[in-house]
Amino acid sequence: MTLLAPVNKIIPFSNVDGPSNRTAIFFQGCCFNCLFCHNPETINMCISCGDCVKTCPVQALSFNEQGKVVWDSNKCVQCDTCIKTCQHNSSPKIKWMSVDEVVQEVKRTAPYIEGITTSGGECTLWNDFLIELYKEVKLLGKTCLIDSNGSFDFEKDPRILEVSDGVMLDVKAVGEKWNNYLIGYDRTMILKNLEYLLKVDKLYEVRTIIFPNRDKENEKTVRYVSNIIKDKCFYKIIRYRPFGVREEYQEALGDFTTDEDYAQKYVELAHSLGATKAYII
Amino acid sequence: MSEALNIIKDKTLTYRQELIALARLGESTDDSLRYSDEYYQAKAKGALCDLNEGVMPYRPRYICPDYKVLFEKGSAFLELDPPKDLLEAVNALEIMYAHVPSITTYPVYLGDLDKLLEPFVLKEDRAYAKKILRLFLLHIDKVLTDSFVHADIGPEDSVTARILLELTEEMQLAVPNLTLRYDPEITSDDFAMACVKCMLKTSKPSFANHKMFVEEWGPDYAIASCYNGLKIAGGGFTLPRMRLYECSLDATSPEDFVNNVLPKYVDLQLEYMDKRVKFIVEESTFFTDNFLSTEGFVKQENFIGMFGLVGLAECCNHLLGIEDKKKGFGLNKEATELGIKIMDAIEKQVSEHVAPYCDAFGHRYKLHAQVGINTDGMDDSPGTRIPIFAEPSILEQLEVNEKFHKYFPTGTGDIFKFEETYEKTPEAILPIIKGSLANGLRYFSGYLENCDVVRVTGYLVKKSEIEKLRQNKQSLNNVTVFGQGAQDGGHALDRRVQKADDIISSSK
Ligand code: SF4
Ligand code: SF4
Repeated sequence: MTLLAPVNKIIPFSNVDGPSNRTAIFFQGCCFNCLFCHNPETINMCISCGDCVKTCPVQALSFNEQGKVVWDSNKCVQCDTCIKTCQHNSSPKIKWMSVDEVVQEVKRTAPYIEGITTSGGECTLWNDFLIELYKEVKLLGKTCLIDSNGSFDFEKDPRILEVSDGVMLDVKAVGEKWNNYLIGYDRTMILKNLEYLLKVDKLYEVRTIIFPNRDKENEKTVRYVSNIIKDKCFYKIIRYRPFGVREEYQEALGDFTTDEDYAQKYVELAHSLGATKAYII
Repeated sequence: MSEALNIIKDKTLTYRQELIALARLGESTDDSLRYSDEYYQAKAKGALCDLNEGVMPYRPRYICPDYKVLFEKGSAFLELDPPKDLLEAVNALEIMYAHVPSITTYPVYLGDLDKLLEPFVLKEDRAYAKKILRLFLLHIDKVLTDSFVHADIGPEDSVTARILLELTEEMQLAVPNLTLRYDPEITSDDFAMACVKCMLKTSKPSFANHKMFVEEWGPDYAIASCYNGLKIAGGGFTLPRMRLYECSLDATSPEDFVNNVLPKYVDLQLEYMDKRVKFIVEESTFFTDNFLSTEGFVKQENFIGMFGLVGLAECCNHLLGIEDKKKGFGLNKEATELGIKIMDAIEKQVSEHVAPYCDAFGHRYKLHAQVGINTDGMDDSPGTRIPIFAEPSILEQLEVNEKFHKYFPTGTGDIFKFEETYEKTPEAILPIIKGSLANGLRYFSGYLENCDVVRVTGYLVKKSEIEKLRQNKQSLNNVTVFGQGAQDGGHALDRRVQKADDIISSSK
């Protein structure tokens, strides 16, 4: 049987999903439900409730014979009304693609890129698909990076690491309560992956978001990560931005971007702890 | 009021512009250089355009002197000895630039500055050399006040090129235009990156496909004026252009255009070029008496006629009845393929025409994708470019360009916009340039777009959110007014997203 995976979007040229110029492939579906998620519509698979079919202004959405909501990309004007309509943190604009179809897209961009980054959602939910995809992309002489929330047990199933060049790992919160509040998922696996990926030399980068006015939690996370990674991988300190965040959560987390000077303090903290490759974005 | 009086009373013209306009008026009092009636009709319709070259050409349009001759032998006419140090070298160049004619009256080619000056720069203390080059660039910007004044660097790295890049960034001057002759096999990544960084801050240099130009022109080619490929010690006699959209109005169908309309206009433009080239060589005194020619700075056989065109996109769209340019040439396979068919036809007809002179090119003219002039309006896009406001993603824009750049040895190019995040990730641009040149792109210009919103990392961007963010920006700015984190608030949102159109949906 052909492997298929739900692709939310392919960005042919991305300068913000890993080093150099990369093609970024976003898969649908995530096992977390982070309050600050910038793309909550990538969290769940569509349940074909049909709400968005009614609100699409150009009838790009309809039910197929099996009662599934389908999307006509030629009609779609990318107004995102469907995403606003959806109450299930999903999107109807998903294509189930085969490895071969994704590879065709990568072949198009291959002359101009250093490699690909798979992201999401949480791309490791489609582990078997990724393994086959990476094998093909490697044949094109390109690198493959995994953008992951750290929920996947890389130690138990290291096959994907064997065919990839590394992981960009989110470590969102180290304080247990803060973590549970923020992402709604136990953090043990994430922290285990942090050490394991470093040990097997597959940690390309760690990312931590700095929230406004959360001194204690911000510091705890940055200290913990810096002490572990030291200068062995990049550490991207990201300022929280309310862009795309669900409104109810903006109330809790802030409806403004973390001040640059404030975030810069944590970069300096990381540097002082030996994480010399920490930088702000 | 007489035309001369109009010029004299025009408050918008500088003294020099008045002088040029009056000279052109004087030139137009002679009508001995005549063309066929059909030519004048085509011109009146706007199907052919002489780019205001003047009716009586008294010098070639573009002149690319071999400045090496100045450094080796000096100039008897200018009473200059070969320079012995950097100061004398830039002084000699400055003097010579004032005596290099062109259509604009300013020199369109300043030389391969790094190669010319490197031996002198290496003999000086770096800081002192930089000071001299700073004054040199200042002179160029203030005296050669024309953005078609063009200098080249590369493909090899050099101290001189590095200093020129530093100064370009520090001084932020409009003139001269700058091109890196780029070949990834010769140009180091480090040097190319220095050029990319400079380009993001100053919109120059542009990147010329060195390998491609060398194959067509040999190693001694110049990039002059806007992006014109020409021979050093040579230049371009003349550059008229077909306005393809206006040409297409005569056709009843794409076939009619390719088989009947197009050949007629191509012939008319060739006739016009032949007459002008002959006139410049046989009647004007440039090649017989100007010191550039008599002292060997240029050779007549190295000059070529440039067969220009604009408006391929609008031409194809019109012929196929496409009204929405977002669904037309460059974004629509049928329209793009028609474009290729038209270009093949033009190229074939021009290459079969035996041109007068142009000895170094087998007596042939070569094509030029003209960049457009301000009076073109929206009817004719530059050369073969996708119309403005219809540009697709960079990937698609490159793919279309790569199909068309091969037709234009005497120059073509496109401009690629990068979002503000690229300022922090310039290394993401070099692979794009490398890939496109390897795929046949001739000339790459890039600049940094000032964005309202940027995609920061890892997540996608929704169009509907952009508006929200804009509003958010307002409120942030208000907050700023109330004194909170003054600079940061404003800067934080002085940005914008990876555009939604830059995303190929998985379906295509
Ligand atoms: S995308 Fe959301 S609203 Fe639309 S059918 Fe699926 S679950 Fe319902
Ligand atoms: S974005 Fe959604 S609502 Fe808008 S046109 Fe496309 S499918 Fe319809």
